[in-house]
Amino acid sequence: MKFIVCCVPCATKINSGFIEIMVKKGIYSSKKIKALVVFTLLMAFNIFIIKAETKEIASSAGKTDSIKTEKDEDISAFILHHIADSHEWHFWGKDENKVVLPLPVILWSNGNLITFLSNKHEDESGKIIFNEKGSNLVNYDGKYYYPLKEKNADGAFVKVDENNIPINEKPFDISITKNVVSLFISVFVLLLIFGSVSKSYKTRIGKAPKGLQSVLEPFILFVRDDIAKPQLGIKYERFMPYLLTLFFFVWVNNLLGLIPIFPGGANITGNIAVTMMLALCTFLITTVNANKNYWKHVFNTPGVPWWLKLPLPIMPAVEFIGVLARPIALMIRLFANITAGHILILSLLGLIVILKSVFIAGFSIPFVIFISLIELLVGFLQAFIFTILSALFIGLAVEEEHAH
Amino acid sequence: MTGSIAGIGAGLAAIGAGIGIGLIGGKAMEGMARQPEAANRIQTAMLIAAAFVDAVALFAVVVAFLGK
Repeated sequence: MKFIVCCVPCATKINSGFIEIMVKKGIYSSKKIKALVVFTLLMAFNIFIIKAETKEIASSAGKTDSIKTEKDEDISAFILHHIADSHEWHFWGKDENKVVLPLPVILWSNGNLITFLSNKHEDESGKIIFNEKGSNLVNYDGKYYYPLKEKNADGAFVKVDENNIPINEKPFDISITKNVVSLFISVFVLLLIFGSVSKSYKTRIGKAPKGLQSVLEPFILFVRDDIAKPQLGIKYERFMPYLLTLFFFVWVNNLLGLIPIFPGGANITGNIAVTMMLALCTFLITTVNANKNYWKHVFNTPGVPWWLKLPLPIMPAVEFIGVLARPIALMIRLFANITAGHILILSLLGLIVILKSVFIAGFSIPFVIFISLIELLVGFLQAFIFTILSALFIGLAVEEEHAH
Repeated sequence: MTGSIAGIGAGLAAIGAGIGIGLIGGKAMEGMARQPEAANRIQTAMLIAAAFVDAVALFAVVVAFLGK
């Protein structure tokens, strides 16, 4: 200690001389030094993580591997359960201590409408048969099925295929599930916002926008000037209501999905049924508004040699598949992007549990925040892309013939 | 080590999409540097192209999930 203290003055002298030389040579500000600093920080971080891991391995040396794999499966099941639809809105806790919002289950079974709250029949093992309005039902993994006559090896009245999905017959399920409730919430939010905005547009004709109106006007103009006009040309006004609805619906639902607590958190735009409905709307609008020119391009593409069309309709077949593939690509793009984002955030949080170390939190929490910020961007970007591609497809359908 | 070949396939698709998005982004940057006044239009076109490439990787992820 003493040695260090007496060495500090001379060390600083030497150091300052050294730094002067470095500054003169221009090394101090060079890329090498920067790279060195980054590398050192990375190494320090790595050592920290390795230390944490070895500690963890040392502490769990007595445990067997099977526990770890079970935990891993738990995490992926947890993640898949989180992004899936459900008959209850789960807040926190597990088993007896869980806090949930039970949602109504509505089933159409043999001409009867069966309704009950989801917490009435909570056991998800499939071992308990209950009777509602003369129909025997069984709850397996949160879904309702007709029970089989005999039990399977686990004691449940269901038969599962190789992917663990029951092959039992089930009643027609029109329940108000988590996604449906979330859809109601987002519709409510959208109506609230745009009701007031449209009212202020009506009352303030010719005046500068005010309040909520001035917040949303740039986005509305963005949809008009950057999406509708370049893709649709002079006919853009007819499709503006649809494009605006699409843009704000997808965007609001993406953002609601990113909120981890109650009013948000459901994975609506990451539900393939929702994106399929949106893509189907675009497909119907495209097909209904398509003009003669569009169908000519599909079935009798100009500028293509005749032998690609006549004996074997290769070109028309390819074009027709293209027409069908566009809405399918739209559907999967939004679904996969949003689902992948949710899975990414949850798996980064799950790392803490999988590696069984609190120190991992120091790495994964900032990373989760970073990914969440990226997801904010992705939420906007996907809404934009869905809208602009819809506009593009509609634009292709309404385009007038021009000279080639 | 557990997993499936589908996971490797998704990873390979991610490599392809990464190269694709890198090229799109790089070329768009070049274009914007050359013609800053066209930056807005280039950006829109870049995002659309990136979305198409992006979708291919995500198709692979979906297929990997189905094939799991």
